[in-house]
Amino acid sequence: MNSIILSAATRIVTPLMVAFSIFILLRGHNEPGGGFIGGLVAATAFALYAKAMGVPATLRALSLSPPTIAVVGLAMSTLAGLWGLVQSGVLLKGLWPLLTTADDGSKAGLPIGSVLVFDVGVYLVVVGSVLSILFALEADVAEENEGED
Amino acid sequence: MSALSSAVGPGSLVLRYLPAALSALVAAGFATLVPTIADYNVMRVSWPWIPGLGVELSFLIDGLSLTFALLITGIGAIVFAYSASYFKGHPKLVRLLVLLVLFEISMLGLVLADNLILMFVFWELTTITSFLLVGFDHEQESARNKALQALLVTGAGGLALLAGILLLGIVGGTYEASTLPLVADTIKEHSLYLPILTLFLLGAFTKSAQFPFHFWLPNAMAAPTPVSAYLHSATMVKAGVYLLARMTPTLGGTEPWLWSLTIVGGVTAVIGSIWALRQTDLKLALAHTTVMALGTITMFLGGAAPIALTAAATFLVVHAFYKAALFLTVGMLDKKAGSREIDALGGLALPMWRTWIIASLAALSMAGFPPFLGFVGKELKYEGALAVASEPLLVVTFAVLANAMMVAIAAAVAIKPFYGRRRSLAEQPADPPFAMWIGPAFLAIGGLIFGLAPDLVGSALINPTATVMSGDLVAKQFKLWHGVNVPLMLSILTFIIGIVLYFNLARIRAALTRLDQRGIWTAEHGYDRALTGLKAIATGQTRVIQPGRLTHYLFWTTATLAALLWSALIAGGFAVLPQAGRMPTLIEWTMLALAGFGAIATAATTSSLLAILALGLLGGTVAAIFVLYGAIDVAMTQLLVETLFVVIVAVALLKLPRLAPTTGARIRWRHLGLAGALGTGTTLTLFAVLSVDLDRRVSDFFEVTSVPEAFGRNIVNVILVDFRALDTLGEIAVVVIAALGVLALLRSRMLTAAEDRR
Repeated sequence: MNSIILSAATRIVTPLMVAFSIFILLRGHNEPGGGFIGGLVAATAFALYAKAMGVPATLRALSLSPPTIAVVGLAMSTLAGLWGLVQSGVLLKGLWPLLTTADDGSKAGLPIGSVLVFDVGVYLVVVGSVLSILFALEADVAEENEGED
Repeated sequence: MSALSSAVGPGSLVLRYLPAALSALVAAGFATLVPTIADYNVMRVSWPWIPGLGVELSFLIDGLSLTFALLITGIGAIVFAYSASYFKGHPKLVRLLVLLVLFEISMLGLVLADNLILMFVFWELTTITSFLLVGFDHEQESARNKALQALLVTGAGGLALLAGILLLGIVGGTYEASTLPLVADTIKEHSLYLPILTLFLLGAFTKSAQFPFHFWLPNAMAAPTPVSAYLHSATMVKAGVYLLARMTPTLGGTEPWLWSLTIVGGVTAVIGSIWALRQTDLKLALAHTTVMALGTITMFLGGAAPIALTAAATFLVVHAFYKAALFLTVGMLDKKAGSREIDALGGLALPMWRTWIIASLAALSMAGFPPFLGFVGKELKYEGALAVASEPLLVVTFAVLANAMMVAIAAAVAIKPFYGRRRSLAEQPADPPFAMWIGPAFLAIGGLIFGLAPDLVGSALINPTATVMSGDLVAKQFKLWHGVNVPLMLSILTFIIGIVLYFNLARIRAALTRLDQRGIWTAEHGYDRALTGLKAIATGQTRVIQPGRLTHYLFWTTATLAALLWSALIAGGFAVLPQAGRMPTLIEWTMLALAGFGAIATAATTSSLLAILALGLLGGTVAAIFVLYGAIDVAMTQLLVETLFVVIVAVALLKLPRLAPTTGARIRWRHLGLAGALGTGTTLTLFAVLSVDLDRRVSDFFEVTSVPEAFGRNIVNVILVDFRALDTLGEIAVVVIAALGVLALLRSRMLTAAEDRR
């Protein structure tokens, strides 16, 4: 689609959306959000980019192909689960190595651990899967149009 | 290197005879247990497996299971050695041996398992391995069909058996076969006794080829001869008989048990031996006599009297000895004289003298001549027949008829190929190699030794077996010579009829062939009809429900959901009707109007793009409603999904056909009706759900534990990634698989399109 307005706006909007999606991913544990919603926002961002700049440019920008992203995400989530299994004997047990609990029950440190790794995995799965389907459809349609020309 | 691979590689000597050696070793191991079992002891080992369901890995060694275990491993060793020689150089030898060993293990598990669920697992394993063995020559269509037939018949029986086992477990309170007899009276008086019995009998009768399921066994002779010798004479078909024997103390002794076993067994025995007379193929003749033997054993298991049970146990052993030997002999003739057709063979006594001696010894035992084990078995049968609880005259008649025909067939197998003018399809008929004849010789001579000293096998195995079945101590003295009594008279009568039959064999065969050609109805026709009908039903319903149009699939899926909702509402008697609450606020009215507009616009427009946009509007409104009621996470997800949905479908739309041609007026009315039914059904269900007091225990748990245990205040997300993370892991795996599936579908379409253009 050759729209100067769209491509100019996309240049600004897409990075904002991706940044926002990561923000949503990270705040998910305490506020509305999380890996699934964040992933959907990111997928929308790249879908917009693909509309404005075309699929090949988007693929170049992503560096990794969407199916790879999805599979990497699934692997991350699985590994996060195995981490709990190895360290505490329970699959998918949440672990916070950077968090210490004082005697009075108050917590100190960064709440980063296996749960966040798991959620990042979910995020990547959603981005990768949605974009896989979308780009495959786009490519299919483009191929057909070429064939008709 | 090559010397090493020829010594241990596939097809090498060591590897070929390894299964036979191992099997013989296991058989020897079981043999060391004989003295313990002969004193009526019982051994049981058990490990917990699924304790919540009462399923244990429990194994039982008593007279019954040890007898079977010895037959399985002993004859297994003989058949494995025989096969290794029979199939020397065959490209699929390794495959055959692996399958045979797998089968042997399954069969051993079946007879040794004490827990009925465990036994069922092995039962199904024998069904599957025997399917693969019958279809061993899978390049031939007929072998495939016959393997499938055996699988379907025994598989259907297996399902019935599973249902029976579960019912029995409910009624009896345990799945352990060794404990069930303690509650036998409760079971027999229970209202579920008849269904349980019927289901068990279905399982046993299909497996052991009882009338009217007997047809699959002769057809299963598509298997190679050694396989038939092992599966279809000595082991697998006896699994059904084993089940009946194992269940005798639990289910046996009632009127329905007596009559169904006696009549089905008797009819099977007579039909089996009549059709055996018709065969000219020696292997098929033997297959039909196996049907006869299984019928006889079933009939005597129905006899209830201890002596009848003893006769059944004895005949079980007798039959395994002579039938395996004869099957293997037919294989030797087939291999070395080139045929197993009775008319193509003759005068082979000299060139194949070992085969001849083995065949003669085994056939004499089969015919029941003294001093062979077969004679002991036959005398016991007549003694048992006179003592059965059902109808002695009937059982004696069945037994004499069947045995007389056995005499004729034994004579045909042992005399026709070996005497008279020399006839053979092989240039130089000769005895097969050592590995092939030693096993059958062992069995044939065993039949003679145990005939001369029947108490060897009798008090060691038969008495403990009969004791297990009858529940009372059986201590029968086994003797070769009983003096002149009624059984002896019956034996003499049997020989006379048998010899008359033998000399009229050609005439009988001609008459039976005419009968066969006139197309009399057989049970196998029923099987064919049932199979054709099943396929027709499958084709018909596929044509209606899955015709290849997406709209039809959606119609049926949605219709099923609507039907389920409505049936739940109707079953509940509309207990909870809509109650008047507060009036909706202005903003709620607005949302409702927007949603309604979106829905009507979606349905009314003929433009696909407009329909998609209207649907997006509807979805967005729903998301807004979620926001109104505080479900922010759900609203965000819904809104984003709607957005992406519109984007994706807009791309897909370019490829979809226009809506107009596919939706005629009648179809649209039908869709309207369905949509209305689903919509009202959902609404009423929601009212019903809302009128019930919400059980807040789960929500309270999450509210209380979310922060202290999972360090998160957003309960929805904490549930997703921590408390119920396994669910999420499963879901994202599904998402990835779906994406890859779509990708594969579109890629393959693109590839074919590209090829077409080229």
